[in-house]
Amino acid sequence: MSSIATTHYRFRHVARMEWIKLRSLRSTWWTLAVTVAAAIAIGVVVGAKTKDGSGDLTNNALGGVAIGLLLTGVLGVLAITSEYTSGMIRATLAAAPNRSLLLASKAAIFGGIALVAGEIASFIAFFASTATLPGSITAPTLGQPGVLRAVVLSGVGYCLIGLIGLGLGAIIRHTPAAIAVLVGGVYIITMVVAGISESIRGYVPISIVANSLSTVQHLQGAPSPWVGLGVLALYAVVALGVGGGLLAWRDA
Amino acid sequence: MIEVRTLTKRYGETVAVNQLSFSVRPGVVTGFLGPNGSGKSTTMRLMLGLDVPDSGQATIGGKRYRELRWPLREVGASLEARAFHPGRSARAHLMALAASNAIPRKRVQEVLGIVGLSGAARRRAGKFSLGMAQRLGLAAALLGDPGVLLLDEPVNGLDPEGIRWIRGLLKSLAAEGRTVLVSSHLISEMALTAEHLVVIGAGRLLADTTVTELSARSTSLEEAFFALTDGSVEYRAETRNS
Repeated sequence: MSSIATTHYRFRHVARMEWIKLRSLRSTWWTLAVTVAAAIAIGVVVGAKTKDGSGDLTNNALGGVAIGLLLTGVLGVLAITSEYTSGMIRATLAAAPNRSLLLASKAAIFGGIALVAGEIASFIAFFASTATLPGSITAPTLGQPGVLRAVVLSGVGYCLIGLIGLGLGAIIRHTPAAIAVLVGGVYIITMVVAGISESIRGYVPISIVANSLSTVQHLQGAPSPWVGLGVLALYAVVALGVGGGLLAWRDA
Repeated sequence: MIEVRTLTKRYGETVAVNQLSFSVRPGVVTGFLGPNGSGKSTTMRLMLGLDVPDSGQATIGGKRYRELRWPLREVGASLEARAFHPGRSARAHLMALAASNAIPRKRVQEVLGIVGLSGAARRRAGKFSLGMAQRLGLAAALLGDPGVLLLDEPVNGLDPEGIRWIRGLLKSLAAEGRTVLVSSHLISEMALTAEHLVVIGAGRLLADTTVTELSARSTSLEEAFFALTDGSVEYRAETRNS
């Protein structure tokens, strides 16, 4: 057995466990399928109803991302809180007592799946939406400046929101509370912040995805796509960092 | 070999485990006895590194749990009957755990056979009866063919036939030279399964002896147990005077 040659369990072993755990739950595939379907459906409706060709048609095509983000975030929360609910976390930690390694493995596997699903959703939504534009409007193509970037970064947005969910799940541990904080942090806070300050509004997670990552035409007041990506990634890193620290420090 | 040295664990004001020291030797089944709330489960959680002690330590083969290279191949544990996701099949649950410690996939089939769950391997574990859940927990503990087994109340929910089966299994695992620690609050069951006993009450060690020796202290093992734990029982029904 070649696997015995390595002296102890490592990232790849724990990551393989996390991959089997995630793929063996039907809810994983259902949630991802709904995420992709919602993005495509909204893209198609928005495309077919377009009357003015001068707007940001790429951004419109990616309009379904916002709903998918919520589902991906919830899936991220559940990737860890469901282990606390069921008691599975004790079996997981007995198998892999290095808790930082465990959360890193979960983040890698779940983040990877969310990224793939996000890219599938973004690309199909883009093609489906542009294909359904009325004949009088010239559809954007991936070759035009900024279009490919907007589509790719929208997919990355799924992954990062999913990882924020995973981090929140590790911090909060209870499913309903973690989902409430996720929805509050990603969606509701946007509305509150919008009423208070125009300048920080652009840095709220959902605004970053909707107004920075998925746009071709730069929106007044919104951070640039790359700044937005950096800020969103920072949120995910902070959530996972705090979650990992608490996971290592607290009793299971 | 499991060694517990002056282990103490507090949860807020409550002292769950208090200056507890004992060791568990290989080759015999050691029963871990105590009334409800005496600290048995806490001690086992501390052994597995799930909770961190306030002082003292628990080691397995001289190492703390977190230092083990391949934890599941060195220690097999079943702490609660339903430590699995209800939506996952028994097979997928074991496959995931096996992967984490590079345990060959064919071992999953083997342990499912050992615990008698081969026929239910692809069913969602959430639909399992308590007895089946216990068997799945035992399968997970046996997965890495470990030299040390820690089982918390493994008899709960098993039918009489299952109880007799697990009794034989535990004895044969110990006879192979493994260290087997089994917690229970069922004294009569421990009298049949264990050779050695560690009795705790209110987080403290009350006895670390053989079944034979403890039984000889009174008319029966049960009476000896009650005499021992009399001062440390936390939950007791009031005596009815009619």
